Amino acid sequence: MRDVAVVAFTQAKSVRAERDLNETEILIPVIHDIKRGAGLETKDIDFVCSGSSDYLAGQSFAFVSGLDAIGAWPPVSESHVEMDGAWALYEAWVKIQTGHADTALVYGFGKPSMGDLSRTLALQLDPYCVVPLWPDAVSVAALQARLCLEGGVLSEREMAEVAVRDRGKGKSNPYAQVTGDFDVDALLAEPTFVSPLRRHDCSPISDGASAMIIAAGDRARDLAERPAWIRGLEHIVEPQDLGIRDLTTSRSTQIAADRAAVGKDKIDVAEVCGPFTHQSILVERALGLGESVDVNPSGGALSAHPLMAAGLTRIGEASKRIWDGSADRAVAHATSGPCLQQNLVCVLEGA
Amino acid sequence: MPDVTHSLTAAHQLAYTYKRSLGPVLGRFFTGLRDKQIHGVRRADGKVFVPPREYDPETGDAMEEMVAVADAGVVVSWAWVKEPRPSQPLAKPFAYALIRLDDADTPLLHAVDAGSEAAMSTGMRVKARWIDEPAGAITDIACFEPG
Amino acid sequence: MSESEERKPVEVLRTPVVLDYTYSAGQSSSRHLRAFGKGKLLGQRCPVDGRVYFPSRGSCPQHGVPIEGEPVELPDRGTIVTYSVNRVPSENIDLELPYAAIQVLLDGADTILFHVLGESSIDDVHMGMRVEAVWKPEEEWDDSVANIRYFRPTGEPDTPFDQYKEHI
Repeated sequence: MRDVAVVAFTQAKSVRAERDLNETEILIPVIHDIKRGAGLETKDIDFVCSGSSDYLAGQSFAFVSGLDAIGAWPPVSESHVEMDGAWALYEAWVKIQTGHADTALVYGFGKPSMGDLSRTLALQLDPYCVVPLWPDAVSVAALQARLCLEGGVLSEREMAEVAVRDRGKGKSNPYAQVTGDFDVDALLAEPTFVSPLRRHDCSPISDGASAMIIAAGDRARDLAERPAWIRGLEHIVEPQDLGIRDLTTSRSTQIAADRAAVGKDKIDVAEVCGPFTHQSILVERALGLGESVDVNPSGGALSAHPLMAAGLTRIGEASKRIWDGSADRAVAHATSGPCLQQNLVCVLEGA
Repeated sequence: MPDVTHSLTAAHQLAYTYKRSLGPVLGRFFTGLRDKQIHGVRRADGKVFVPPREYDPETGDAMEEMVAVADAGVVVSWAWVKEPRPSQPLAKPFAYALIRLDDADTPLLHAVDAGSEAAMSTGMRVKARWIDEPAGAITDIACFEPG
Repeated sequence: MSESEERKPVEVLRTPVVLDYTYSAGQSSSRHLRAFGKGKLLGQRCPVDGRVYFPSRGSCPQHGVPIEGEPVELPDRGTIVTYSVNRVPSENIDLELPYAAIQVLLDGADTILFHVLGESSIDDVHMGMRVEAVWKPEEEWDDSVANIRYFRPTGEPDTPFDQYKEHI
């Protein structure tokens, strides 16, 4: 295996609805800043890989316009995944492992405010038996939450505590969207939104983008003082049919965490992508995080959830804690699909 | 970025009717719905999947033995939708629910018309309310109702 | 439906998907389209090599750098760099068939504009032909590229191939 590290990361501030910039214009300053910050031009980058969703944009091959932000003439080696940018990172990491690249630029972007996100996400479900019923994303998550609550797996109080924790920590993140000091009892006194979920259980809908540069070996040491070395990276998927999966646990996260060797040594920081509070709890448990772990210092997905970038952003935020020395070993998680269907786990180390 | 001015905006509708070939297993399921009957598929060990899957999620083996199941069962989980969206099964508040039909082992996602959230509970019995002229679609079941 | 049709097994499922969006044109395209509404053609210059993009989309797609400078106003005339003959009717184009779909390099621009050719026979259209815009009456203008109905030949001598070969 080649040593590969995260050496640079930038993001756009998440906003509920970016009315005045199109998707590409959200991306342009992010890409410009990361290249300038790393002192790289497009020609210095061996491989480019992005994650986005054409259904968020409402047009096929919408991701191609993102290439305007990169500069793709002369032509560049590029790929795209219809997934969160974290899966684009996985592809770029594999590309570097094959020896066909030493540096890669990875980005994810999404502008869900253009449509009705919760409705659009129904299209992730079984197109024969489920999509014609148009269950929105919050309802689908609520089915999972009730299974967890009534199965005694977790409590509404624990869920509210996650919202209070993440949105409190998010206050120090200038890119976050929904942050502040909240009180667990006050949140629990609020009415339900889609029962059993309350508003605070749901991540915000965010327009946004993030970008990352990864590099191999000495190239990484040139580009960063203390590179965040990727020591484990795995993603695992569960079947589409909600009735077949055990929704009260995250088996795929557990398997990915095992294969990425999360438990091999002490974890200082974890960045978890939980679109809903109960999902964050399931993931934290599946990762096997101990009491001393600083979970979601960035505020996590509950503070800002730019779909298609939020997972990559978790890896970027965890990398920042390695770069600044506040963590020696960190784990980051990304998710995709309804009820934590697909999960990616990335272990980062400072040495 | 220089001075930002308000962007021009335009409405866009993406509309397309997908035509999906069903194959033998789902074809039988949807043909059954047209006759107001629900079918599952039985695995060798007796486990019945509803809706039917062509392949065993655990082994990948083909599953072909179709069996009729009841059009009534119990609610395994539910979400109360206060403000239905266009094209959802009911225009008034309702529940999306995972429903395990009698004789089935896996739950089916559908809607329950219970009238109020207070009338919903996990474990409650529900039965299918069929539309008058079923055509071979999951929406041949308008929703489930208590009973 | 006859009884025999009713008994046929269901083999196909039709699933309509209808999704509504509100698009933002964004800063660059809004500026470009609003200029059309005033009868003006605005391009922008790449800060690296000075190439003029029409339209500009906010970054140089060649160098991957933001384009933030003042817009460059371009004339509504240029040279056909390539064309095709279209015999398929389109509800958006009110020209008689067949007509030529053309790519026009506006004078002073480095990227090409897609449009159609009017007031000309398809037997006459050729690469290098000089053309000018024919605008709709001003009272029909909108913030739209469709304010130009079509381009028509100016009768000027052709532009030599060498002068536009980089822009094909």
